[in-house]
Amino acid sequence: MKVLRAVLWYLRELTGESAYDHYLARHARTHPDRPPLSRREFERRRLDAAEVAPGSRCC
Amino acid sequence: MIVRERDDRQRSRLSPRQIIIWTAVALVGAVAWSVLALARGERISAIWIVAAALGSYAIAYRFYARFIVKRVLRVDDDRATPAERLDNGTDYQPTDRRVLFGHHFAAIAGAGPLVGPVLAAQMGYLPGTIWIIVGVILAGAVQDMVTLFFSMRRDGRSLGQMARDEIGPIGGAAALIAVFAIMIILLAVLALVVVNALAKSPWGTFSIAMTIPIAIFMGIYLRHIRPGRVVETSLIGVALLLLAIVAGGWVQESELAPFFTLDPRTLVICLVIYGFAASVLPVWLLLAPRDYLSTFMKIGTIVLLAVGVVLSAPVLNTTAITEFALTGNGPVFAGSLFPFVFITIACGALSGFHALISSGTTPKLVEKESQVRLIGYGAMLMESFVAVMALIAACILDPGLYFAMNSPAGFLGPTLESASEAVNRLGFVITPEQLAAAAASVQESTLVARTGGAPTLAVGMAEIFSAIFGGTALKAFWYHFAIMFEALFILTTVDAGTRVGRYMLQDTLGNIYKPMANVNWKPGLYLCSAVVVGAWGYFLYAGVTDPLGGINQLFPLFGIANQLLAAVALTVCTTLLITSGRAKYAWVTGIPLAWDAAVTLTASYQKIFSPDPTLGFFAQRARFAEALAEGRVLAPAKDLDDMRAVVVNSTVDGILSAVFALLIIIVIANAVVVWYRALTSPTPWPTTEAPAVPSKIVAPSGLFATREEKEAMAMAAGGDRG
Repeated sequence: MKVLRAVLWYLRELTGESAYDHYLARHARTHPDRPPLSRREFERRRLDAAEVAPGSRCC
Repeated sequence: MIVRERDDRQRSRLSPRQIIIWTAVALVGAVAWSVLALARGERISAIWIVAAALGSYAIAYRFYARFIVKRVLRVDDDRATPAERLDNGTDYQPTDRRVLFGHHFAAIAGAGPLVGPVLAAQMGYLPGTIWIIVGVILAGAVQDMVTLFFSMRRDGRSLGQMARDEIGPIGGAAALIAVFAIMIILLAVLALVVVNALAKSPWGTFSIAMTIPIAIFMGIYLRHIRPGRVVETSLIGVALLLLAIVAGGWVQESELAPFFTLDPRTLVICLVIYGFAASVLPVWLLLAPRDYLSTFMKIGTIVLLAVGVVLSAPVLNTTAITEFALTGNGPVFAGSLFPFVFITIACGALSGFHALISSGTTPKLVEKESQVRLIGYGAMLMESFVAVMALIAACILDPGLYFAMNSPAGFLGPTLESASEAVNRLGFVITPEQLAAAAASVQESTLVARTGGAPTLAVGMAEIFSAIFGGTALKAFWYHFAIMFEALFILTTVDAGTRVGRYMLQDTLGNIYKPMANVNWKPGLYLCSAVVVGAWGYFLYAGVTDPLGGINQLFPLFGIANQLLAAVALTVCTTLLITSGRAKYAWVTGIPLAWDAAVTLTASYQKIFSPDPTLGFFAQRARFAEALAEGRVLAPAKDLDDMRAVVVNSTVDGILSAVFALLIIIVIANAVVVWYRALTSPTPWPTTEAPAVPSKIVAPSGLFATREEKEAMAMAAGGDRG
């Protein structure tokens, strides 16, 4: 069970699925007065940001 | 501070238990190396290669990498990394070391370490094994880690920017041209590998074609249906992918088969159109989902292969060293062991391309300075291990089959009989019946002249996998699984690379005409995509139609370009070691640089000036041009058009080799001037480092937290609350 949870944690972190959780935590810390973006909006912006800076892949 | 340093030194003294463990590791490695070196005439198990590799990696990581981190780079965990100082939640962000290790590994690992070792197997297993292991320990992993460190100290500056800052504008410009040139050649060679793997194979072509609709489906799912659920989307994607592989077998048996049986030229056109589309379409639709798919497949297959090699413990069928290592007239690629083994293996041992990842993206995410050992050095060791496994997969094949698959078509002739005779002339034995049986076992129409490394690796992997999972019944599935895995890898590199090349071009042209620099400006976007695709498409087409065999001609060029980029990176690192007051340790990157320059320049010299027409591009050009003038046709060309193609290709390739060699010389010569000035300067050389700021983050430096680190982390967490 512990191993499974660790694997899931790793997969979520590695794929960026947990990026929204990190964003929420960060947002609560830095701008507690403003409502955070919805997940849909957040993911949309994250993908659109990749438009300008693609991760390069190696040979 | 002085007290602390002494503490560090005391702590690094080994306990008796550690001494016993490390002695055992060293012994295992030494025994494995002895077996590899001394075995002659008898066939040995591939396990010895695995043991030699893992033993050497462990020792190198524990002792050499630690020495570099502590003494040479003098990492300082009290100093905040750019991720901590400039944290903006997006590109600068402190990232868990294990997660960043995964990201970094996924970014550096590609098809290179899978293809190079397979081609290098023409010289036997020993030269490849030695270079992959020794090369990574002393050169490749060092380059990745030192570049990562220096870029991190400069807020994640890219290799090109560091070359300009540290060496000067000429060195910087040469580095920029080198990066662009290698990208074009790299994309062409990798695409050529895919074309050779898919040509005349309806199964493979169908499966790969299916990855496009699968990726688009995933893209839409992630954007509109379940935003951000990457894990579940990827799992669905992988399931569909496996289905596509199975379905490929049905397609091959059905009436649809002719539709997916494409000749190489048609495949080139498909790939060029695909590359262009991937470069202009939104990232979320095709590129991002493909990348998820490819990363999952990559990590899954590598783990599977490692398990397969260890469990099945296959026997190596190649000899330790073949005669081609000495004579230099092997059919897969021309040239003798020095320098061409080092040029060919490239990515598994030392890859300049990694320096582009180690500068720029990864350094902005490192949490603690000391983690560069795990992320820079560790990830490269893992990449090297992938190369070791690819080498094993190639070396367990029967040498007769290996040469029948990897020699150029012109050499092997049109039939199984002619191929069998050609292989016999090389001194290996394979009958036409055996060739037919080998192709039938993986349900391909033929395996003759399937150059490029991917089909060979796939046959080797099918051998290993089917020995454990499913037996011969599943061999065809595993073969196409391996082909799919490699093609997916490569196409991900091709689409991402085309896009990166497009951005670089737009950025450069933006200096002349402003709107060009805007990556979303449609005319600029279409024009630059077309230029990049056209450039690699040209080399790809030339490679596919080259009568002398595209891989044979182009792979050395790709290897030289990659090692050239490594020379640029190592020069930047050495310059920084000298100018930052670490001159007495400049040998850490200086020796790999000297070796790399010797290898690259010797290879370039031979490719330009060798009088042997199979090796020297201009000798080859002269020979064919002379015959062409007299209206003669030289084998393997079949008509005068073929003759003209050889003349054009050898001219282009020869000029490129000369340009590459010139670029290395310019960069190194420019750097030597800087070294001389820095060493003779009476005042300390000005630093380009970002100023030191104390760090507040507490995090472990290695893969596993030590007891002290856990205590420190618990204390920091408690402190936050209190």
